[in-house]
Amino acid sequence: MEDVFSNFDLVLKAFWMTVQLAVLSGAVAMVLGTLLAALRVGPVSVLRGLAATYVTLVRNTPLLVVCVFVFFAAPNLGLLVGAPFLVKGTIAVSLYTTPFIAEAIRSGVNAVPLGQAEAARAIGMTFAQNMRHVVLPQAFRASVPPLASTLIAMTKNTSVVAVFGIMEATARMRYFVNRNADDTILIFAVFAVGYIILVELISVAAVGLERRWKAAR
Amino acid sequence: MRLTRLKVAAAAVLVASTLAACGDAGDDDDKGRDVDVQDNAAEEFDTGTRMRELADAGSIKIGVKYDQPGIGFKGATDDTPVGFDPEIGKILAADLGIAPEDIDWVETISANREAFLQEGEVDLVIASYSITDERKQVVGQAGPYYVTGQQLLVKSDSDIASLADVKGTEVCSVTGSTSLDNIEAEGATPRGFDTYSECVDQVLNGTVDAMTTDGAILLGYAAEHPDDLKVVVDPFSEERYGVGYSLDSPEMCQWIVDTLAEAEDDGDWAEAFEITLGKSGVETPEPPAMDPCP
Repeated sequence: MEDVFSNFDLVLKAFWMTVQLAVLSGAVAMVLGTLLAALRVGPVSVLRGLAATYVTLVRNTPLLVVCVFVFFAAPNLGLLVGAPFLVKGTIAVSLYTTPFIAEAIRSGVNAVPLGQAEAARAIGMTFAQNMRHVVLPQAFRASVPPLASTLIAMTKNTSVVAVFGIMEATARMRYFVNRNADDTILIFAVFAVGYIILVELISVAAVGLERRWKAAR
Repeated sequence: MRLTRLKVAAAAVLVASTLAACGDAGDDDDKGRDVDVQDNAAEEFDTGTRMRELADAGSIKIGVKYDQPGIGFKGATDDTPVGFDPEIGKILAADLGIAPEDIDWVETISANREAFLQEGEVDLVIASYSITDERKQVVGQAGPYYVTGQQLLVKSDSDIASLADVKGTEVCSVTGSTSLDNIEAEGATPRGFDTYSECVDQVLNGTVDAMTTDGAILLGYAAEHPDDLKVVVDPFSEERYGVGYSLDSPEMCQWIVDTLAEAEDDGDWAEAFEITLGKSGVETPEPPAMDPCP
């Protein structure tokens, strides 16, 4: 009964690993996803095609398969052998999350009235300027709810790397379950609460942003 | 046109039968040993006992591991698992008058062994199942039928020679296993994977420095890659493998202990060891003495 509480530092360390993975992957996926969304609505048809291909390909690949590729296939080919596990975990999770972020932002772009982009072009803005100053800021506001959902899903998805060498929350939960077969329900409860707290933080931030940006519009 | 189609069909049949023949080729050995199945076993047990029920039913569900060469292993194309644990299962089943082909093998992983016993998904668990006090709170464990200890598997050119050398290195095993837990206590960074084979892969491609688990399993992998891998360090833990049963039928404990003790005495135990774990070159040890039943 006491094992999970007397070793609570291990629980916290495990969730710290989950947080690091989620924050790093989230940041990378946001940057790449925004870029990808811009390419998909951009004027160059080759880039549009490439971006669409990436989205279709990765969005239809299970995260587990992406992980197998990063953690097993790549090292066997001599790639990423020396890379820290956190870096490999971030690559896998962000690679997988990027297309979902891109699609969320693209839906936001579609919510921006066409006249806005046309007006920007009419006053001589380039595509990049148009995106940066006119379209994307409004697109982000419109896509806060789907972005939050994607980030919440991603945070929970980090649990997949538990079986790829990273001692994050789910891996640590299995450690406690193995040692305390008589206490599984309590252990599940402690770790479930941990995940709920993380997810709630994202929801609260999203609701806050939505409220603030609604007033500004 | 019709002729071409016929040719294609013929070729397909030919290829299929050739493939099937290939599949058969490997089946001759690795079947395990023959066991003497008791006749009229049911009469030997009192009515109302779980043993009597199983003997009457003529089948038993046994949970084993599928991913530990030598202990319990089932390849993708195999019909039944092979290894020391399945052999022990066959000895127990034979005492109930159940032939090996009437055993229902169920894959159990470390995390679901207690749940499977409690819910009656399996009648017995023989899956490198170390006896611990915590587990005995929720399930019954009879034995031990085998005692092993944790060691390290490293690349042939590795610098790791003693347990002290693992400090600061990355060592893999199966997520949530006791081995991973012990190596973490020695100062190594634990790297948990889903199966042992994935972990061996990481040692082979150089991602992690070593793999750790019970010596018996490691020897199995070292035997598969004699040029690339070696087992180092004396066993630094004691794992006592027991047979798991449900606490709903406590009468099973004495039966398991008696049957195993008999197998140890008449050489069945040693024979089961030799054709499984013994293949990796370890000498057949003295069988361990059984714990008394609660």
